[in-house]
Amino acid sequence: MSWIVGALLFWAVAWAVNVALARSPWHGSRAVRVAVPLIFGLTLLVLWQGLVRGLEVNPVILPAPTDIAATFANSTDVLWVDFVQTVLKGALSGYAMGCGAAFLTALAIDRSAFLTAGLLPIGNFVAALPIVGIAPILVSWFGFDWHSKAAVVVVMVFFPVLVNVVQGLREADAMQKDLMRTYAASYWQTLVKLRLPAAMPFVFNGLKIATTLALIGAIVAEYFGSPIKGMGFRISTGVGRLAIDLVWAEIAVAALVGTAFYGIVAMIEKLVTFWHPSQRVG
Amino acid sequence: MHILCTTHTYAYGAWLGKLMKRALPVLTVLAVIVGIWYLGAWRMNMPWALQQAERAEQTLSTGELFKATMNQTRPRVPAPHQVAAELWSVTGEMAIKGRAMSKRSFIYHGWVTLRTTLTGFALGVTLGILGAVAITYSRVSEMSLMPWAIVSQTIPIVALAPMIIVLSNAVGIEGRGVPKAIISAYLCYFPVLVGMVKGLNAPGPQQLDLLKTYNASAAQSFFKLRLPASMPYLFTSLKVAIAAALVGTIVGELPTGAINGLGARILIGDQFGTPLAIWAALIAATCLAGVLVVVIGGLQTVVLRAMGMAR
Repeated sequence: MSWIVGALLFWAVAWAVNVALARSPWHGSRAVRVAVPLIFGLTLLVLWQGLVRGLEVNPVILPAPTDIAATFANSTDVLWVDFVQTVLKGALSGYAMGCGAAFLTALAIDRSAFLTAGLLPIGNFVAALPIVGIAPILVSWFGFDWHSKAAVVVVMVFFPVLVNVVQGLREADAMQKDLMRTYAASYWQTLVKLRLPAAMPFVFNGLKIATTLALIGAIVAEYFGSPIKGMGFRISTGVGRLAIDLVWAEIAVAALVGTAFYGIVAMIEKLVTFWHPSQRVG
Repeated sequence: MHILCTTHTYAYGAWLGKLMKRALPVLTVLAVIVGIWYLGAWRMNMPWALQQAERAEQTLSTGELFKATMNQTRPRVPAPHQVAAELWSVTGEMAIKGRAMSKRSFIYHGWVTLRTTLTGFALGVTLGILGAVAITYSRVSEMSLMPWAIVSQTIPIVALAPMIIVLSNAVGIEGRGVPKAIISAYLCYFPVLVGMVKGLNAPGPQQLDLLKTYNASAAQSFFKLRLPASMPYLFTSLKVAIAAALVGTIVGELPTGAINGLGARILIGDQFGTPLAIWAALIAATCLAGVLVVVIGGLQTVVLRAMGMAR
């Protein structure tokens, strides 16, 4: 009982602190902007801990955060092996290949207005489809190891990136292109100096969407067959043999990797598109 | 559109011309894709056909070889017409026989997926709108919710999917419907949240000030200004969200051992080694996604026109 009361008390206090911070004159400062969501997240963890301990939930159903943290610390070797297999080999290689292929295809398509007009609606539609369903087919083509995972990722990230790059390449307006023509710039000069930089906000939009898709693809593909390592493998077998705390540790890794991956791409975007209005501070 | 067409036939011609101009490139690209598909089927199925011929000690002419790659029962890549035939045999043909709702019919499985998608969509849209209202009116919720909403979308939901099923079973929810709907809602609430935050803040300070001079209450300014102003943003997000909801449902059906639904058909097709069933289920899911997006698009046109906001 004391666990639940304590957790609820913590929640009330944390909420009051957050309200005070948000109303304080420093609400625009960076420290507060970081602190408020962190306190909110911490509150959720404390509530989870309090409810699991207070209601004495069976750890086979829902382990407490501290149990998960302990498992995490004890099985870093397993988690690392899975991380290498799923993230580095499956997701990242597929992400690089898929985004690269999409980028080159977009450059090729862009030279024909007819193809662009035909491919944009189709690409937009395909990007919205449940392409993960293709995972079993690709696993049967490329085998159980990471190659099939990378293939699934390639297919999943291809269309969102393609559509965004094609759209981005149309961003430079007629006046700017005319200016380049008056400079007697060649196709490649116009591309590199005007159209690619102008396309970057769109390109990064596609790249950011693709980060999450890459992880989803790599993990789902492992549900359809994998060597005896990998995050998807560990999760699906963990549920089967009731090693729920290990499953949660894998989920924590997936969450951290997903957020970090997205964050890194967003950071590169900030460096590349510093000129864009959406990146201006204040 | 209808009245316009009958009274001004020339407008109809122009409209048709415009449609052709837009449809022609799309149709061309589609034809190219089908062509590549046939080529792929020919190339990928060739080794098996050659192997069979060798075993039977026959030699195949090019024409015979092509034929042999197009009609295998377990092809690596089924040809488009095979997938179409398979799809027809589990939808139209069964409907004609009056067994549209039998367990083998894709109409039944499509309905299961559609039901979950719509449940998840409703749940996600409600959450998204409520979240957007909270974020618009309360700075604390904006500061604490918004970063986590973004983080939630960077977490691969498939990792969480099995846990959502374990948990909802533990709470005493029977069946797969609810956990699938939760996964679907998880994917589709975000576009609605972001779109509605933008939409509810779309009215400028001038318009808000005007309502203040009218002495409008907070509720009045919400229902008479902010909510109507957000409608174009809402519908744009809804189109993204319905597609995301379908993706969520299929993702929820794939790794969870569900037996009903299009995603489950993919899983079962994989386990029984029937590639035709997998491809047919994929195409069926594609059609479902298309129909859903078109329906929301139609709704968007009707509502925005009724509100005088059509572009």
